[in-house]
Amino acid sequence: AMEKDLNQNSPRIRKIRDNSYPPNTPTSRMNNNNQRDNHPNSPRDYNYSPSSPTARLRWRNRSNEIPAEVKRGNASNVRNLLLGDKNKYRSMWIRTCSSLWMLGGVFFIIYMGHLYIWAMVVGIQIFMAKELFFLLRRAHEERRLPGFRLLNWHFFFTAMLFVYGRILQQQLVNTVSSDRFIYKLVSGLIKYQMVICYFLYIAGFMWFILTLKKKMYKYQFGQYAWTHMILIVVFTQSSFTVANIFEGIFWFLLPAALIAMNDVAAYFFGFYFGKTPLIKLSPKKTWEGFIGASVATTISAFLFANVLGQFQWLTCPRKDLSTGWLHCDPGPLFRPEYYPLPTWIASFSPWKEISILPVQWHAFSLGLFASVIAPFGGFFASGFKRAFKIKDFGDSIPGHGGFTDRMDCQMVMAIFAYIYIQSFIVHQDYSVEMILDHISISLGHEEQKMLYAKLGDILRHKLQGGV
Amino acid sequence: MHKENTGDAPSAPTPRVRHHRKRNFDAVAGAGKPNGSHLLVNDKSKYKSFLIRAYSTVWMIGGFALIVYLGHLYITAMVVVLQIFMARELFNLLRRTHEDKQLPGFRLLNWHFFFTAMLFVYGRILSQRLVNTVTPDKVLYRLVTSLIKYHMAICYSLYISGFVWFILTLKKKMYKYQFSQYAWTHMILIVVFTQSSFTVANIFEGIFWFLLPASLIAINDIFAYICGFFFGRTPLIKLSPKKTWEGFIGASITTMISAFLDLSTGWLQCDPGPLFKQETHALPGWISNWVRLDAVQYWNSYTSNLHLLSKRKEAFYFAAALERNFCYALCLGLFASIIAPFGGFFASGFKRAFKVKDFGDSIPGHGGITDRMDCQMVMAVFAYIYHQSFVVPQSLSVDKLLDQIITSLTLEEQQALFTKLGQMLQEVIGS
Repeated sequence: AMEKDLNQNSPRIRKIRDNSYPPNTPTSRMNNNNQRDNHPNSPRDYNYSPSSPTARLRWRNRSNEIPAEVKRGNASNVRNLLLGDKNKYRSMWIRTCSSLWMLGGVFFIIYMGHLYIWAMVVGIQIFMAKELFFLLRRAHEERRLPGFRLLNWHFFFTAMLFVYGRILQQQLVNTVSSDRFIYKLVSGLIKYQMVICYFLYIAGFMWFILTLKKKMYKYQFGQYAWTHMILIVVFTQSSFTVANIFEGIFWFLLPAALIAMNDVAAYFFGFYFGKTPLIKLSPKKTWEGFIGASVATTISAFLFANVLGQFQWLTCPRKDLSTGWLHCDPGPLFRPEYYPLPTWIASFSPWKEISILPVQWHAFSLGLFASVIAPFGGFFASGFKRAFKIKDFGDSIPGHGGFTDRMDCQMVMAIFAYIYIQSFIVHQDYSVEMILDHISISLGHEEQKMLYAKLGDILRHKLQGGV
Repeated sequence: MHKENTGDAPSAPTPRVRHHRKRNFDAVAGAGKPNGSHLLVNDKSKYKSFLIRAYSTVWMIGGFALIVYLGHLYITAMVVVLQIFMARELFNLLRRTHEDKQLPGFRLLNWHFFFTAMLFVYGRILSQRLVNTVTPDKVLYRLVTSLIKYHMAICYSLYISGFVWFILTLKKKMYKYQFSQYAWTHMILIVVFTQSSFTVANIFEGIFWFLLPASLIAINDIFAYICGFFFGRTPLIKLSPKKTWEGFIGASITTMISAFLDLSTGWLQCDPGPLFKQETHALPGWISNWVRLDAVQYWNSYTSNLHLLSKRKEAFYFAAALERNFCYALCLGLFASIIAPFGGFFASGFKRAFKVKDFGDSIPGHGGITDRMDCQMVMAVFAYIYHQSFVVPQSLSVDKLLDQIITSLTLEEQQALFTKLGQMLQEVIGS
């Protein structure tokens, strides 16, 4: 995501020059970095000093295969160079202040817990959807279709109900299990959740058809399809993010931190070593930046996992919607295993053995994905912007474009993290006793009988020989 | 099987062209023409087109009945084939040959995503069925259990490789075209696969649950056509000028009546094929002599393993099942007559928006398969959701646990779990 700053260099530099400093106040930077998601260490903010206008220009000159942008940029280069020196120190100071604020904000939200992180994700999601909804609409047609915007938000609400109802049903049931009446209400809602959402969707569908206006069919169908695509993109990734959060903050924090790390490392390696351009879509990216960042990300994934895995607050899953402190047995993934160091290392180091959490090996593959495949999310967004000739997805974050600009790589990573966790991590440690315990705790008597009957069917069938 | 011309029987090309041209003329000229002249009631050659439609409807119904007779697997195969044809029609619909020449291999991307979606949707359904019917010592069993376990991961990696492939093939001047095609592919796949996967899930619950919604839609179409033919005067909606309020209301009433009839006489039900023995159980003799409602069969097979039942309870469940069927008929009939036609309106509006005559021309005289299937799609989704929520006493946590048990325990462990669970239940009952 950082490279995007460099892509739209000219307008942004002009913005920085023209809007002086209110856009870069600490609060706006905090918002900005909150969307860049919670990475516990923010070296990139401290290292913004090199990315002042002069340094950026220097980097741009190094890769000189860029077509028209350079010409445009060169014209404003001279002006920028002159003004850049004056503003450089001031901008660095402001960036330092805001990164401190941001770091504090991040720690605070993590401290507050799962529910607040969820609220933050939902907030980001609403803003992203709003940006994207506004993106391709045309004001002229909009005036003739009153109430059409409302349809988008109707579908948004339906999607929200569907997705979070599904993901959080177990947590919801556990939260209200004390009060009999509310429990019945909530479990009734959950049972009929699919029907409720379906009827809301069908109501929106019928509303759409009844408001089709004669000369505007194509526009309306285009908007309808666009709404669906937006909702799918936004909700898939945010729902998976939320599912990860309730699995344990670790599983949300680690992928987000890896993406941030990848961006920062790619910037630095490109800054110092960048020569060969990587892809036509983003002319500022280089192969050296890419490879260097991959190596750095996988190594730091290994180390981050060790650091983050020590905290129970981060590794325990949250089974209900409370906000209290968590204690749990983190499971075999987070119990350190000790490997004795080979003697030739042990002779000159103070440690005789290293402790590795088994989760670090999983973090290794997460890091690999974050460095190799996740940047394609950024390429997709760049290509999309070029295709539809838009500069940025929005302008909520001054100097940066919109939320979607910040979140594009995160989206791809969140989905991968969820699927990886569900496939390779969650189901690893089941035994007969554990499942029996689970059955006796979470199922009622009727449900246990149901389970017994179904299991009996299946087993009888297998023993009889089946196909 | 819904057409903008309020009929589902195919018509010869000439009357169809005439109808289309007339309708387009209406659309362009606005309110210039008097209202009644394009309605079916006043059409001169309507008797001829009526005969042709009746003839081809009989053929279609005959072919369909044959496939239904052959069983679950053939119906599923038919659904899959229909789906492939629909996807192909829709893929071809908005592409432009000029751009396509400059993008070799781009079509292949569509089929890659299609294959991924197919694997995702059917992989889940089929592998769950397969794991119940394959013995544990075969290699197939191991293959199938690992398929279930890593199903999501496999589909996701296929999707991501398609995504990466798409990005790597973006060509400089063609970005907009390529992105629109990408979005279009996703929308098509969602529309086609949601409804067909729900249809297939319905089929595996019992052919009855698939046949009833489909026949209701067909009946609704036929009677809307017939009622509009004889009585239609007031136009229904701007999108489809041939539809009339009389046709609509007449069809609603007929659909509701036929829904009750179907369920109470049970002429539509049939036994599940031999491949899926797990769904048939020996019915208590007195029930199978009496009445052969598939709903009752399902209910009984579900409860017959609980050895706590007495004959009185069975009778109770039977009566409860009948009552449920009454509500089921009511809801299905209402939905099929009132809301499902909106699928047809959506398709009509879509064709007008993009100035397309038909979705394709696979069926001569009718347009493409999507033209036939537009209302069916809305109905199939509703039928599945209704079935899952109200008919089957389902508990998500039970199914999830069952999934976990099947995928993560070996057969010996499953048996051990089974015996221990039995003991636990006995203790609870005893205490």
